[in-house]
Amino acid sequence: MSFISRGFQRRQAPAAPSDRLPPGQYVTPDFPVLSAGPTPRIGLDAWRLEIVGEVDRPRSWSWQEFTALPAEEITVDVHCVTKWSKLDTAWTGVSVDALLDGIETSAAFVVAHSYGGYTTNLPLDDLTGGKAWVAYRFDGEPLEPEHGGPARLLVPHLYFWKSAKWLRALELRADDAPGFWEGYGYHNYGDPWREQRYSGD
Amino acid sequence: MARAAVLRRLTWAVATVVDRVDETPRVRSLALDVPDWPGHLPGQHIDVRLTAEDGYQAGRQYSIATPTDGTRVTITVERLDDGEVSPYLTDVLVVGDRIELRGPIGGYFVWTPDRGGPLLLVAGGSGIAPLMAMLRSRVEARSDIPVRLLCSWRSAGDVIYADELKDIATDAEGVAITHTLTRSVPEGWAGRRGRFDRDALASLAWPPELQPLTYACGPTGFVEAVASVLVELGHDPARVLTERFGPTGG
Amino acid sequence: MTDETHVDGNALGGLLQEVFGREMTDARGCCATCGTVNPVGAMRVYRGAGDVMRCPACGNVVMVAVTIRERTRVHLGGVRWIEPAPD
Repeated sequence: MSFISRGFQRRQAPAAPSDRLPPGQYVTPDFPVLSAGPTPRIGLDAWRLEIVGEVDRPRSWSWQEFTALPAEEITVDVHCVTKWSKLDTAWTGVSVDALLDGIETSAAFVVAHSYGGYTTNLPLDDLTGGKAWVAYRFDGEPLEPEHGGPARLLVPHLYFWKSAKWLRALELRADDAPGFWEGYGYHNYGDPWREQRYSGD
Repeated sequence: MARAAVLRRLTWAVATVVDRVDETPRVRSLALDVPDWPGHLPGQHIDVRLTAEDGYQAGRQYSIATPTDGTRVTITVERLDDGEVSPYLTDVLVVGDRIELRGPIGGYFVWTPDRGGPLLLVAGGSGIAPLMAMLRSRVEARSDIPVRLLCSWRSAGDVIYADELKDIATDAEGVAITHTLTRSVPEGWAGRRGRFDRDALASLAWPPELQPLTYACGPTGFVEAVASVLVELGHDPARVLTERFGPTGG
Repeated sequence: MTDETHVDGNALGGLLQEVFGREMTDARGCCATCGTVNPVGAMRVYRGAGDVMRCPACGNVVMVAVTIRERTRVHLGGVRWIEPAPD
């Protein structure tokens, strides 16, 4: 058993009802910033969001076009694989269902591509049916670059590394392809309620 | 002893706090007694690991601020308001408490007199800690390697080791120390103000022709700005060594 | 705008010494993408789920350190070679 540091505890946060917190998680009062690389700085003029890959025709939105789409206010809990959870986070975003509306595809999988090169993969099913958004406001304010602004993927039912920051494109694919952290030993699916942190869990 | 300190296997040890010094309202130095400490080189750091009752762990790196001294290791910690580890170290730990650590760590950001000079040490706030180990050992060794120490602080109240630095500048030969304040300047301040920008470094750093050895430490933005200016001014990038603390401070 | 969120290879000194059995911050690494050689201590390190070490010249990933079930693994896919400093 490790040495215990007298009087040390993690930073205090409101206690969470046990049904809100997946196994092994704790509530943080902060919003920690984790990253695999430098924060991309994308001018809104140059910004595009694309749907590419196994689709009848690729789609692309400019910032004006994207922010003109019907958006939803969502309040969700988010869970990071590094064990912090943040409850009742408030976002504004366009549902992925709306982005995929009218698209014909036989794809079963998606790779989310970020500005800066980050990727993560998910089954298409986990992005549809009201389970995912492309979010561009947090707590009523424009999403800050360090938290993924201009826009990030938001998939709250999976560990937060699946909610790719600085979203650039959703690539629909017939077959699965591991993204950045998945390639380094993190779980391919990442369900926090089954504590699927690492490959083999 | 030099290389032995970098080849030894690293294991976690439990050290005891033997002294606690208030450097500024937000900065404390903690002197630790570490069993079986093999000694360390100026610039090396320790990994500190805190463990809560429920098993939660947090770890951070802290530069050793003092030259090697038996089993005694001193770190200088700035209390970050939203920090998880620093407030514990500055506000909770008292003399007699124990703390888990491993070290000494580092081989790149290390200076010993045999590495030569002239030496330029550039500190952003609490980044002065490892540079203080270098300066203190240069003084202790009575080395004649010339040193210029440049320190950037937000305000006069933030200056760490103020009295000791004044004494060193007065008593030690070949050591020049320059402080600059970047945010608020008190009445009657005769020192520099503003960041160490290109003009400041052009006049304060050693001329590149002297092939100085530079160590820059502090917040990431500070260190990178200083390093890139020095390279622009003609310094050999291989002789501009850096240690970035991350986005804190500044 | 300067990117200020990263640290550097010095912060991984303890982890790398644990994995390689010797001091590694003054080891030199050759980036597999651009061929630039830098001391490990000078490489940029981003803290995500794991620690991502990037080449200071080209920004590509040099090493990734991940601790999973208390085992630390260092992925070396982005280095062409590493050379520890002479003893």
